[in-house]
Amino acid sequence: MATKVIMPKLSPTMEEGQLSRWLKKEGDKVSMGEPLAEIDTDKATMEMQALANGVLRKILINEGESAPLGQLIAVIGEPNEDIASVLAEAPAAAAPKPQEQEQKQEQVKAPEQPAPAPQAKAAAASAQPQPTVDNGRPKPAATDSGRMIVSPLAARMAAEAGIDLRSLQGSGPGGRIIKKDIEAALSQPKAEAAAPLHLVPTPQVGASGYRDEPATEIRKVIAKRLVTSLGPIPHFFLTTDIEMDRAAEMRRGINALDPDLKISINDIIIKVTAAALMQHPQVNASFQEKIVRYYEHADIGVAVAIEDGLITPVVRAADQKSLSQIAAEVRELAERARSRRLKPEEYMGATFSISNLGMFGIDEFTAVINPPEGGILAIGAMTPKPVVRDNEIVIRQMMRVTMSCDHRIIDGATGAKFLQTFKKILENPLYLVV
Amino acid sequence: MSTITIREALNQALREELARDEKVFLMGEEVAEYDGAYKVTKGLFHEFGGKRVIDTPITELGFAGLGVGAAMAGLRPVVEFMTFNFSILATDQIINSAAKMLYMSGGQFNIPIVFRGPGGSAFQVSSQHSQAIESWYAYFPGIKVVMPSTPADAKGLLKSAIRDDDPVIFIEQERMYGNKGEVPDDPDFTIPLGVADVKREGKDVTIVARSLMVPLALKAAEQLEQQGVSCEVIDPRTIRPLDIDTIVESVKKTNRVVVAEESHPICGVGAEISTEIMERAFDYLDAPVKRVSGVDVPMPYAKNLENLAIPDVNKIIAAVREVAYLD
Repeated sequence: MATKVIMPKLSPTMEEGQLSRWLKKEGDKVSMGEPLAEIDTDKATMEMQALANGVLRKILINEGESAPLGQLIAVIGEPNEDIASVLAEAPAAAAPKPQEQEQKQEQVKAPEQPAPAPQAKAAAASAQPQPTVDNGRPKPAATDSGRMIVSPLAARMAAEAGIDLRSLQGSGPGGRIIKKDIEAALSQPKAEAAAPLHLVPTPQVGASGYRDEPATEIRKVIAKRLVTSLGPIPHFFLTTDIEMDRAAEMRRGINALDPDLKISINDIIIKVTAAALMQHPQVNASFQEKIVRYYEHADIGVAVAIEDGLITPVVRAADQKSLSQIAAEVRELAERARSRRLKPEEYMGATFSISNLGMFGIDEFTAVINPPEGGILAIGAMTPKPVVRDNEIVIRQMMRVTMSCDHRIIDGATGAKFLQTFKKILENPLYLVV
Repeated sequence: MSTITIREALNQALREELARDEKVFLMGEEVAEYDGAYKVTKGLFHEFGGKRVIDTPITELGFAGLGVGAAMAGLRPVVEFMTFNFSILATDQIINSAAKMLYMSGGQFNIPIVFRGPGGSAFQVSSQHSQAIESWYAYFPGIKVVMPSTPADAKGLLKSAIRDDDPVIFIEQERMYGNKGEVPDDPDFTIPLGVADVKREGKDVTIVARSLMVPLALKAAEQLEQQGVSCEVIDPRTIRPLDIDTIVESVKKTNRVVVAEESHPICGVGAEISTEIMERAFDYLDAPVKRVSGVDVPMPYAKNLENLAIPDVNKIIAAVREVAYLD
């Protein structure tokens, strides 16, 4: 009758044992009390004795493998006895012969075999989608295994400066990117930026490929500033349609007087915003933790799209300036904003902002408050629309405006009243001179 | 200021502390009538008498234990080991009694004792007498380890060690007793334990050196200056407690470090300093920290081999050039 050999408890605290060495091999005769194997316990290496006479028919655990107490690790029986029923108890994964194990590992590896170029190999080795950009820059500093070597300092400097380490050639041992290489890269950022990009199309397998470009400083500042807005600041939004015919008429009239003035609708909106803010000082304010700051003047930030970002040059004291002054100032500020020649004091510290996406044909949108300002107006496109006036359908130049309010200082009614005033003046710009 | 040797500076410190505090006494082999094997206690026996300056038998464990007992009873013993190689015999008293007494007595017994004497390599005294074993003692909480490199540091630190309420291991360097330097004349001049000293300012590489390695590092720094490399040399002076902040500040500036030490590299003070730097200033490192240690062999007797076993100026220069990516 077949006898099971199980992992014995060889020390009081033992929970599993590692088969250190079989002292018999399959087919060997064994007699009761004879050493069968050496087992490493948590304390020591102990001899395990055979508890039956017969032949060691089957070894179920290889040297070096561990098994919990009580697990079947071998079978002793008569030479020709059928031990299948006993073996059925062995854990499925237990005891593949060393050869089988090697084969299995090879099978697992097999799908990776067709990996011709080292680059492709590196890509296959990682589950992450790989960048697929070839922009004519020097080969990245990487070892044969595709691993980039970079000193901790250089890594940090590159991260802070927004330099893509893959674009660098390391000058340290083994191609290590060091401080010197980052400093060299920093001293010639423009040449690098000018290098043309073109994507190499690769067949899509799994996740999409991508390319990484260093975040520009302005992009980082925008990101940093704006996450302090919509998240922490409780926004709410008010939308209204404004009839712009009279404002448009006024603009035409003024520009007819002097074409050099080049007054835009946006200039009128700035002026009207400033006028409305003067009537609603609660809106021309800023929540600053322990205090609420009310501004005397309307310093209007005007969002200007520039390459890879936006910036809001500030028209100071727009409430006190004439339309022509505002127009000239905005034109000049926007021009310098686009060439990135604004001084910090020229784009910081507005009391209220305007963002106009009308020129992009946007009907309506919501803008994110630029902290610590209390609100921002999102201006949509001015388009002819059928509206009802005196019970008749007529066509009017309509413009949709959405105001974002910081609810910590502007309540619904407060914001609504401001917007009402804004609408009233804009629909009847004569109020500006009344 | 007067220019004196480290030997004289130590002698001054001992004399001043013996005079200042009658609880202070000296004890050790040949410290009294023979004026000390290295003449550090010269004249003190005649000046202060046999109750304050005591010759002991050749029984390191015995007189170290005597010292611990005297400290428990309120005295301030300064125990000289003829060299720290012989302190190995007394480690049970140093480690098990002196270092642990305050803790194990629940704060009842301070052990204000100084174990002092020369350590490190000398001139062809072979394996058993050329050992730098500061890392042994620095390993144990409850004990302070001091290693001066200049006459002023030797004097100021020894006085602080004697005044300290904890056991202090004070390791002088056998080859350095004759080194001269300026020492303040003020009898109250002390240097606090646990404060590193920037021996030379620089911006490219930090060399952390102690004891015998300090003058070598300064020489290396001079030569490297001519090669266009500016080295900052920092002497921790106290190994435990270690003024890691000063070292880290320097690393943040230079981004590269060489740790020079006379002792063996394995489990050494240099290994500890390297790890601290890695843990605290990883993002500031532009190169791996490089150790220049004594060779990992028992000190050879032969002159030529002995020279090879101890770090020298050229080895330090090579290490600096390596971390500065110059070679």
